[in-house]
Amino acid sequence: MLGTTIILAFRAINRHKLRSFLTTLGIIIGVAAVVTMVTLGNGATAAVREQISSLGANVLQLRPGQGFGRGGGGPRPPDFKEADLTAIQNQLTGVRAVAPIVQSSGTAIYEGNNWSTTVYGTTSAYSEVQQWKVAEGRLFMPEEEEAGKAVCVIGNTVRTNLFQNNEPVGQRMRIKGVSCQVIGVLETRGQGGFGDQDDVVIMPIRFVQRRFTGDRDVSQIMVAVDDAYDTSTVQTSLEELMRERRKIKPGAEDNFNVFDTKQISDTLTGTTTILTQIVGAVAAISLLVGGIGIMNIMLVSVTERTREIGIRLAIGAVAREVLMQFLVEAIVLSCLGGLIGLFLALLASIAIAPLMQVPFLFDVKVNLIAFLFSAAIGVVFGYFPARRAAGLNPIDALRHE
Amino acid sequence: MADEPIISLRGVTKVYGEGPTAFQALKGIDLDIAQGDFVAVMGPSGSGKSTTMNILGCLDVPSGGAFLFKGRHVETLDRDQRALLRRRYLGFVFQGFNLLSRTTALENVELPLLYRGEDKKTRYDMGMAALDKVGLKPWWDHTPAELSGGQQQRVAIARAIVTQPDVLLADEPTGNLDSERSVEIMQLLTDLNRNSGITVLMVTHEPDMAAFARTIVHFKDGLVERIEAKAAA
Repeated sequence: MLGTTIILAFRAINRHKLRSFLTTLGIIIGVAAVVTMVTLGNGATAAVREQISSLGANVLQLRPGQGFGRGGGGPRPPDFKEADLTAIQNQLTGVRAVAPIVQSSGTAIYEGNNWSTTVYGTTSAYSEVQQWKVAEGRLFMPEEEEAGKAVCVIGNTVRTNLFQNNEPVGQRMRIKGVSCQVIGVLETRGQGGFGDQDDVVIMPIRFVQRRFTGDRDVSQIMVAVDDAYDTSTVQTSLEELMRERRKIKPGAEDNFNVFDTKQISDTLTGTTTILTQIVGAVAAISLLVGGIGIMNIMLVSVTERTREIGIRLAIGAVAREVLMQFLVEAIVLSCLGGLIGLFLALLASIAIAPLMQVPFLFDVKVNLIAFLFSAAIGVVFGYFPARRAAGLNPIDALRHE
Repeated sequence: MADEPIISLRGVTKVYGEGPTAFQALKGIDLDIAQGDFVAVMGPSGSGKSTTMNILGCLDVPSGGAFLFKGRHVETLDRDQRALLRRRYLGFVFQGFNLLSRTTALENVELPLLYRGEDKKTRYDMGMAALDKVGLKPWWDHTPAELSGGQQQRVAIARAIVTQPDVLLADEPTGNLDSERSVEIMQLLTDLNRNSGITVLMVTHEPDMAAFARTIVHFKDGLVERIEAKAAA
């Protein structure tokens, strides 16, 4: 019997192609909007998560001052000392690796090519904290680190802009007027939320301190927490240790801050998830409007086809069959609309994702839910008109002009 | 006739509305129709002939009295049971043809078979056979808009007989046709009655058309006035 009603539904839809298309337009747009929004939103969330995870998992960033900036007025909070580093390493439990960072910006020159970039002075522990890998060459050795030798590992952006197609490893380049030897190239990490992560030059900290900053201060300390330990516990003891070492009186505010990268990650992905949900909800309303459109046309259709219903009833259709016919018609319409909408969403997502610089992630679950939702709209909004059709009296229906 | 009548009405009444505005359309009809008969129902408008046809067609139920169809008490059946009865035993032809527009002749004829759940091949074979019977086989893929009135009524007749019903109910089948087409339709109904053994019940107000029938039932004021039985032709 279902087969029969489906045949009848397709015949009826086929008889009124344009009207059927216009009826489903609401569903098409609704489904396309919802699925595109959610797909792009998920892509954005994934992109954020990817960028954050590239900062390293379970890493605490220790910076002077409060917040990301250095703050407005007041004396500039002091940088960290190398002794702080040793203290963290020796006095805290659960620390896997500690890496100091001294940052400086300057121009790198190679055979007439100039490139403005950021120089990070650090130790080999940095690679353990950040999980950076070298694509070519090597990282610096502890002896080079200790001696502050003029060696550097460059990011891919620096490589492309300075060396073009030349092999950089083993070459000498100048950075801020000082000659240094390229010993390695980092693996490409791509655009991050914090700028181009490949636009870096990494050098031994001693070198940067001696030649560029002129003191032995450390501007940032990265603390990698052992997987077996809870990051927040280590964070608390790190804060206590630093208050003690920086002689902050009880009750006074910290003049340093500790960032848990996981916390940032959770916050940012949480934000994008909420945005996705809000936009998705707005789009879902358009689906609802589409459903009302279907009900509207189905009601008109029932009135217009009263005589047809009368004929069917006279011929011997039972009420349930007439109900099913109109219900199936509504469901077929909304399902067709849903499928077309999914297809459009696929095209739109593929087209827009690169423009938004987010990955295109085909989510089977989202597509399935949207499709089932459009089918459900057919059932809900088709039921009322269908029941009206089924309830018609055959004699009156036949007389209907 | 020795046979049990296929249709039997006993004291059938029909009241429309309630209270002071109630209108009694049928005031007690007794009528037997034998299997294979060709009955014309005549009478002025408001005489109750249409109401009777609706009851005989199982489209409506009597307010009182008994309606036996093939020995079954139709007045006790519900809506869906009556629909199944129509599907199984009855065929309808209407004054206004009542074909589905934008639908080919064959698809119109196949419609009752769809509700019977026949497969595609059977539907095609039976549909074409019915169209052949009414002489419209070559027009099977034409829509009602592409057919003349007479042709449309033939398609409607094909649709009514495609299920090989016991009874064909025709409500003024020639009402919308000129006299020449009307005679053709009447001849077709007569053939179906004689050769296929279908009992034909026809409402008409044209004596010329009623003349094709074997029995003429005259209605007046919600009662059967008289029954005119012609000698078996």
